[in-house]
Amino acid sequence: MTPACLALDNVSRHFGGLKAVDKVNLIVQPGERRAVIGPNGAGKTTLFNVISGEVRASEGTIALFGDDVTKLAPHQRAVRGMARTFQITKLFPNLTVMENVLLACEAQDPRRFTMHRPMSSCVDLERRAEALLAQFGLGTFAHDTAKNLSYGVQRKLEVALSMAGRPRLLLLDEPMAGLSSGESESMLAILRNLDSAVAVLLIEHDMDIAFAFAERVTVLYQGRVLTDGHKDEVSANRTVQDIYLGSPIAE
Amino acid sequence: MDAANLPSNVLRGWRRPVFYALAVLLVVGPPFLSTYWVGLLTQMVILAILAMSLDILLGYTGLPSLGHAAFFGVAAYAVAVLATRYQLGFWTCVLGGIMIGTLCSAAIGLIVSHVRDVYFLMITLAIGMVLWGLSNRWIPMTGGDNGLAGIPRLETHAGLPFAGPIPFYYVTLLVFAVSAGIMALLVRSPFGLTLRGVRESESRMKSLGFNTWLHCYLSFVISGVFASVAGVMWAYYNGFVSPTYLDLTASSELFLMVTLGGPATLVGPVIGAGAIVLLKNVISAYTARWLLILGIVYIVAILGAPQGLWNLGRSKRT
Repeated sequence: MTPACLALDNVSRHFGGLKAVDKVNLIVQPGERRAVIGPNGAGKTTLFNVISGEVRASEGTIALFGDDVTKLAPHQRAVRGMARTFQITKLFPNLTVMENVLLACEAQDPRRFTMHRPMSSCVDLERRAEALLAQFGLGTFAHDTAKNLSYGVQRKLEVALSMAGRPRLLLLDEPMAGLSSGESESMLAILRNLDSAVAVLLIEHDMDIAFAFAERVTVLYQGRVLTDGHKDEVSANRTVQDIYLGSPIAE
Repeated sequence: MDAANLPSNVLRGWRRPVFYALAVLLVVGPPFLSTYWVGLLTQMVILAILAMSLDILLGYTGLPSLGHAAFFGVAAYAVAVLATRYQLGFWTCVLGGIMIGTLCSAAIGLIVSHVRDVYFLMITLAIGMVLWGLSNRWIPMTGGDNGLAGIPRLETHAGLPFAGPIPFYYVTLLVFAVSAGIMALLVRSPFGLTLRGVRESESRMKSLGFNTWLHCYLSFVISGVFASVAGVMWAYYNGFVSPTYLDLTASSELFLMVTLGGPATLVGPVIGAGAIVLLKNVISAYTARWLLILGIVYIVAILGAPQGLWNLGRSKRT
């Protein structure tokens, strides 16, 4: 049996007395489409930061494709096949869209240390970048500076950057947040067209989007996994409905 | 330095004629100028190499070093010590100077590449001051604040068949052209793009899989190499070294050259170096308070061209 893409074993992250992530167990299989939902402050983004290595886990272990990566830095996890997007867009604002994508393409290529010839001579990298821009509908923006793009286009570029390194596990942190309904739909179409071999873990605040995209859903509440299962089971779950409808939860 | 070596966006609009006019001036100007002006031009060209080397670090990588003159100074001292105390030959002195300056930056880079922003500024400032202190106090080796005199003329030391300010100028210009060509290629290379990536968003670089520490470190060392090249030329130009080469004033003047000229352009720092050498020498002929004038010029430039002279009329960077 192939190892799980991602396996979290009792992972916690405390900030002082606050347990932002509390004993979370989570397994993502290859090619799976999984959503992590939860109300504001549930610890979704912290969980992502712990998985990608921006924030160290206080307890527990994180395994990526069967290897323990708990103590590895973000870039070391990235080269093992994990990529992520950020809830607050993180692009290279003063570079062009093409340069943004070229950087992402060379991240895991030995030519990132090449100093003696211009980027323009690396034809295959440029081809890859162009293909990626086409896939995400960004071709017409290739020579625009990233900071001048509209927010919707920036969000697409954010996803394009994360796919450039051909990851096997993709973490998406609220890719639809702040998008208009039209932009949101085109983003959903892009996400659905992603290579089915790539496992996708999606954080979403909006249940409709989460259920439209994922087969399996994990509900996070106050740092803990409240429930985890097929979307139909989760949507039928009374406690989940209570959390989202705001009624007090029976302890 | 040919235009093909420069990033394509450098030579748009008014920059193209200005660039070629400056290039022509540098190449054909000296025979028509007085010795005094040839000397100034030589200073400008040497300091331009130094300013470009800081641009790699400050403009492209976004690491603001306030101790960059230290490597320039260390290389100059290395040449002086090797040439006067050990009476070594030309190539030993040149390569020794470059290697000692580079090794120094390679060792210091190990420490400073871990920090960013204002912390980088402070730690490079501190280390720069330590090296300055060493040049001042390690009297048996450096001669203290008397400095070291008696470095042979480059032309005689290298055994060249010609001598004088103009031949020295052209040797300097050749070193400048080669250095500028290499740096221009470097910033356009895949590695050069990663440096701009670090400047723009280091956390995004990490999540893409870049070991950003290594990229910062390499940037620091490369910039140390070219600072050392400039230091070697400076030692030969003056025939003399003193602690003022690596003091805080030197480092902050250098910082000014880059920010005044326009960071991340390579051409900008060359213009900045020229402007500051010019101001320093012309104004100081009239008043001892030339730093005051320089300060005013700098404030005017910040208000009128906040992205530096070479970026005038370009959209603002956020």
